Amino acid sequence: MIRVVLPAHLKTLINQHHEVLLDVVGPVTPRTVLDALEASYPVLRGTIREPTTQRRRPFIRFFACETDLSHESLDDELPLLVRSGDEAFYVIGAMAGG
Amino acid sequence: MSRVRVLVGTRKGAFILSSDGSRTTWDIHGPLFEGWEMYHVKGSPVDPNRLYASQTSGWFGQVIQRSNDGGSTWAPIGNGFAYDGVPGTHQWYDGTPHPWEFARVWHLEPSLADPDTVFAGVEDAALFKTTDGGATWSELSGLRQHGSGSQWQPGAGGMCLHTIIQSPRDHDRLFVAISAAGAFRSDDAGVSWRPINRGLRSDAIPDDDAEVGHCVHHIAMHPSNPDVLYMQKHWDVMRSSDAGESWFEVSGNLPSDFGFVVDVHAHEPETVYVLPIASDSVHFPPEGKLRVYRSRTGGNEWEPLTKGLPQSHCYVNVLRDAMAVDGLDRCGIYFGTTGGQVYASNDEGDSWATIVRDLPAVLSVEVQTLA
Repeated sequence: MIRVVLPAHLKTLINQHHEVLLDVVGPVTPRTVLDALEASYPVLRGTIREPTTQRRRPFIRFFACETDLSHESLDDELPLLVRSGDEAFYVIGAMAGG
Repeated sequence: MSRVRVLVGTRKGAFILSSDGSRTTWDIHGPLFEGWEMYHVKGSPVDPNRLYASQTSGWFGQVIQRSNDGGSTWAPIGNGFAYDGVPGTHQWYDGTPHPWEFARVWHLEPSLADPDTVFAGVEDAALFKTTDGGATWSELSGLRQHGSGSQWQPGAGGMCLHTIIQSPRDHDRLFVAISAAGAFRSDDAGVSWRPINRGLRSDAIPDDDAEVGHCVHHIAMHPSNPDVLYMQKHWDVMRSSDAGESWFEVSGNLPSDFGFVVDVHAHEPETVYVLPIASDSVHFPPEGKLRVYRSRTGGNEWEPLTKGLPQSHCYVNVLRDAMAVDGLDRCGIYFGTTGGQVYASNDEGDSWATIVRDLPAVLSVEVQTLA
């Protein structure tokens, strides 16, 4: 199972306050993980990726294994520790304050 | 005994304020959707328990929520707002072409006839419609594609479609307003559109009486007289007596004719309310005095309504969708401020009381009058 950690607002939206566990068929990439996530929780469509372009929304970041993957290709395979379920794939809302 | 339910959208969540017909004591429910910008919450006039809410975020985009029980429980519904076809371009702030990009839903207007039918006004300006209770949304693209769309330009707040009015006499007649494009009318249920801005004058655009380009802030109509429209423009309070074919100024003796809100008394079609703001550069009331102005003559002659409102050191703004009226016998008037206060009058504006005073900045106020 692939483990996904969502930001607080998206956890509230899907009424799931822990990690999300997903079955991902085929290569485990950011795109296939997000596809599986949105298939399980349709309300998340448009909240992480722009609905028309499927590009990452500007204030969203993807982290895994202490690495920022936000600017990598959505089709690059995720690290082995994510694929094995030892580490989670993190969807992060970029920091902002004032 | 009748009740009222006030639906408040704020920068950090939504609130539902409820009272009996006396409108003196209030129950405050919320925050709902805490942390999200709630641009608009509005109930169906056909089924008052059916509410729709625009929930949006700079991080996470657009969500639409629906309640079938008057706001006790909510569920997210469809958020697919895809422009029809290749959307093309409008003008950017510097006059260069800029592709149409969906940002958020500013206004939700449930149909007068069917609780499953709702119109949505969005930024970048376009009109969408659902007929299945919000599961799916389709653009009424005749508005954006009627011919002037490529000339539209955003105002400082973005290029938003913020006002949607369905005529109670002819449900196929729709009015919308866009900042900063102007007002538009359809007589065929939103298929085709034309600008209705004759008589508007705006010094801030190159041709001050151009067909489009005017920064209309809000429009209001009384249901008993759907040919009469009142408009708060960027500057100027305007009136049309012919369903928007022409407009004339009714600012009269207002201390400033800049502002955002305009609304009409529930039972007196010629009684109109505005809330003057000093200017577009300061966005707070003249002299630091929060004053609603009422005209009982359809404009031009205005009286200040101040009892219960702060008359010194008040520097809040009242945004375009943040005033509403109820339908009780002595009409109630409500407005919310960027300082987080929601004020109510249960006597047509003669006196005011604060329902709640420390909310996040208020974006919208709607009222439901319940049996």
